[in-house]
Amino acid sequence: MIISIASGKGGTGKTTVAVNLALSLGDVQLLDCDVEEPNCHIFIKPVFESRHAVFIPVPVVNQNKCDGCGRCQEVCLYNAVAVVKKEVLIFPELCHGCGSCTYFCPHRAIEEEKKEIGVIEIGKNGEIQFVHGKLNVGMMMSPPVIRAVKKHINKKKTVIIDAPPGTSCPVITAIKDTDFVILVTEPTPFGLNDLLLAVEVVRKLGISFGVIINRSGLGNKKTDEYCAGENIPILMRIPFSKKIAGIYSRGDPIIKALPEYIKEFRELYKKIEQIKVSPG
Amino acid sequence: MKQIVIISGKGGTGKTIIAGAFAALARDKVMADCDVDAADLHLILNTEIKESHIFKSGVTAYTYKKRCEGCGVCKKVCRFNAVREDFTIDPVSCEGCGFCSFACPQNAIEMRTNNSGELFISETRFGPLVHARLGIAEENSGKLVSLVRQKAKEIAKEKNYKWIIIDGSPGIGCPVIASITGVDCAVIVIEPTLSGLHDAKRVIGVTEHFKVPAKIIINKYDLNCDMTEKIECWSKDKNIQVLGKIIFDKAVVKSIVEGKTIIEYSNNKVANTLCTIWGLIEEELEKED
Repeated sequence: MIISIASGKGGTGKTTVAVNLALSLGDVQLLDCDVEEPNCHIFIKPVFESRHAVFIPVPVVNQNKCDGCGRCQEVCLYNAVAVVKKEVLIFPELCHGCGSCTYFCPHRAIEEEKKEIGVIEIGKNGEIQFVHGKLNVGMMMSPPVIRAVKKHINKKKTVIIDAPPGTSCPVITAIKDTDFVILVTEPTPFGLNDLLLAVEVVRKLGISFGVIINRSGLGNKKTDEYCAGENIPILMRIPFSKKIAGIYSRGDPIIKALPEYIKEFRELYKKIEQIKVSPG
Repeated sequence: MKQIVIISGKGGTGKTIIAGAFAALARDKVMADCDVDAADLHLILNTEIKESHIFKSGVTAYTYKKRCEGCGVCKKVCRFNAVREDFTIDPVSCEGCGFCSFACPQNAIEMRTNNSGELFISETRFGPLVHARLGIAEENSGKLVSLVRQKAKEIAKEKNYKWIIIDGSPGIGCPVIASITGVDCAVIVIEPTLSGLHDAKRVIGVTEHFKVPAKIIINKYDLNCDMTEKIECWSKDKNIQVLGKIIFDKAVVKSIVEGKTIIEYSNNKVANTLCTIWGLIEEELEKED
């Protein structure tokens, strides 16, 4: 089973859930797909065994072969190619690497060059297999790096994916084709507003899901009322406590300082299994 | 006109609380919520929507089954795995490049314009707010961010306002880059955690890359005073000014629940610190004039 952990709002505790669930279960694969700001490695402290760069193909024009016909500009819907006075200009930061211009050039004047946009690192800590991606600073597009992380999915294992915050392409790329989504929220008006958006995303993708309320006790009861009204299972509550905040701040997993949580995270996994067996 | 953006790298460090406080403290300003994925600023500003605009951006492929002869060229050329076995399109995977449409010998694939979201101009008790809502699972958040900023700029010019206060999004990718380019000051909100510092370093890398001046606020500093000290030392080494340190106070959550900015909520330490910080920002940026 592949479980992804997402949230509309940032900083609600996705990484906390991903890391502690992985450590409580033991023999799993943990993929950090928040490639803009990956944090799981801080808590898992894996020994990295390999590192690969992630490239996207960007077009390069051979001016000797180009006659400035402008076909490349016509087929690029991202405005990454412009033909000015019969000369082709390429704007790599706008390019999505679709390959259309190369394919349609009648003079075979366009080749693709690899541009590095991030790196993947693979490692382990004990039984936990760990993979994360890091978008290079200054690069815009994280989805290719997320896809590169997900290529390493080991279907023989339980896979846990830590997704980025938000509701747009990076989140979709991370949670797509997973079996279950845990939405982590906090019981505040901001948390609830963003939970509603996240629920819409997950429903649009047709993936079954449940909610974890983190920092329970802060804020108000509206999140509970919403989940009850929508028939969304609340899988777990993690109370707000300065002790937990302190543990997190030092880069330690909750279960290291409070081992009683191991049982709770194992229960969480069991609940998800049950929902998957008897949906609805 | 001065533009200030509030970003953090890591989510949930307090960007919107601080943006809301600046909205209450600054005179002659327009607010721009550039977290178009999950906008929250309107929740504490009690907005009344005055204008809304549909945001159209990008295209998605659509297969006319009747015209399709099943040659499979579309599937071969698509690099995003968006063409299904029956040659219909998975709109979620489609990047809107149009390759399949151009390549189809039967002209069976059309590229349709997406309704990618909505842009709002609202009135609040502190002045105008430009905000947006990206359509669920849509792309081009960077473009929507640029549009929000452009509208805010137009309003500021028209009314001769001095400040544009921009609430940014988490991360370091496309929407963040779109929200920081060309601003006068990026305020980086850091929480005193290993993750918070790790992520702030990356987002400060982005501000350096785009040559945007950055200043730091440490939020909830007393949750880990050792880590706060580390952040202060690091900032000193990097020659980045720490504008102030905000204490952890449950009053912050209570103010959100009441739909107020922390400045209006009550006389509290967080509000006092933010008043001092805003004073510093005004002073620093006015020096530049």
